Amino acid sequence: MINLPVLVFYSFASLLVLSSAMVIISRNPVRGALFLVLAFFASSVLWMLLEAEFLALALIFVYVGAVMTLFLFVVMMLDLDLVPSREGFVRYLPFGILVMVLFVAVMIVVVTPEHFKLGSLGAVPAHPEGYSNVKEIGEILYTQYFYPFELASILLLTAIIAAITLTFRGRQHSRSQRIDKQLAANKADRMYLVDPKESQ
Amino acid sequence: MITLSHYLIVGAIVFSLSLAGIILNRKNLIVLFMCVELMLLAVNINFVAFSQYLGGTMGQIFVFFILTVAAAESAIGLAILVVLYRKRGTINVAELDTLKG
Repeated sequence: MINLPVLVFYSFASLLVLSSAMVIISRNPVRGALFLVLAFFASSVLWMLLEAEFLALALIFVYVGAVMTLFLFVVMMLDLDLVPSREGFVRYLPFGILVMVLFVAVMIVVVTPEHFKLGSLGAVPAHPEGYSNVKEIGEILYTQYFYPFELASILLLTAIIAAITLTFRGRQHSRSQRIDKQLAANKADRMYLVDPKESQ
Repeated sequence: MITLSHYLIVGAIVFSLSLAGIILNRKNLIVLFMCVELMLLAVNINFVAFSQYLGGTMGQIFVFFILTVAAAESAIGLAILVVLYRKRGTINVAELDTLKG
């Protein structure tokens, strides 16, 4: 008898693994970015299953809403030729699969309950009635972690300034006032007389 | 019953997939960026799973800050990518060898 959480876990975990596999093997970066969005959705459902509601929603807002939109913008802005982007894929494929299999095998040996006692923890501890994940995170974030929180905001500000400075090319049709040029101008530069009879 | 190990194994699989992606895709810088995002996601899955199963909030705060740093990182990284493409006309990793690396 399979109950609902188990079903949700297995379906969305396999969706997560499949879509992250598609990210690395898809030929078109736009398609890869869309599969990455799917991967974020699937892992957000997994976090929801873990009762981490705040982070599950924040993942969707921050990643799907902001970061992936930025990715799609950049992918579509750059005029990429997709044909040579596959060079070396086949050449490195055995090595990549080897690394992957080794890593997963080692991790499975390490984190299964045989060698890792905590791994057998079966369920998220039950919370008292009226418990709110958002409230708990907010309470700890605005008291104990207030200083890192402010540092994070400064970090984001720095990132904004850096991104703008890097990509800003100056306004092409600036209407700003240049006082030195205004003062240096004289009558001869700005005005010339035309004799209407001669121009006819 | 879904144990902590299940989540850790999912995290390990996603991490190894993105590691393989970095090895395989040597030609497109954007795909490398996406793989790094996937790696951060795998690490975050581990953090959230540990935090919830052990009944602490610390891990979730950490994930919150990782999300912040990842957003800043991808913004600056993509800005550098755009500047690079403007200057060199390519984002092929093999052609970015000015530093002889």
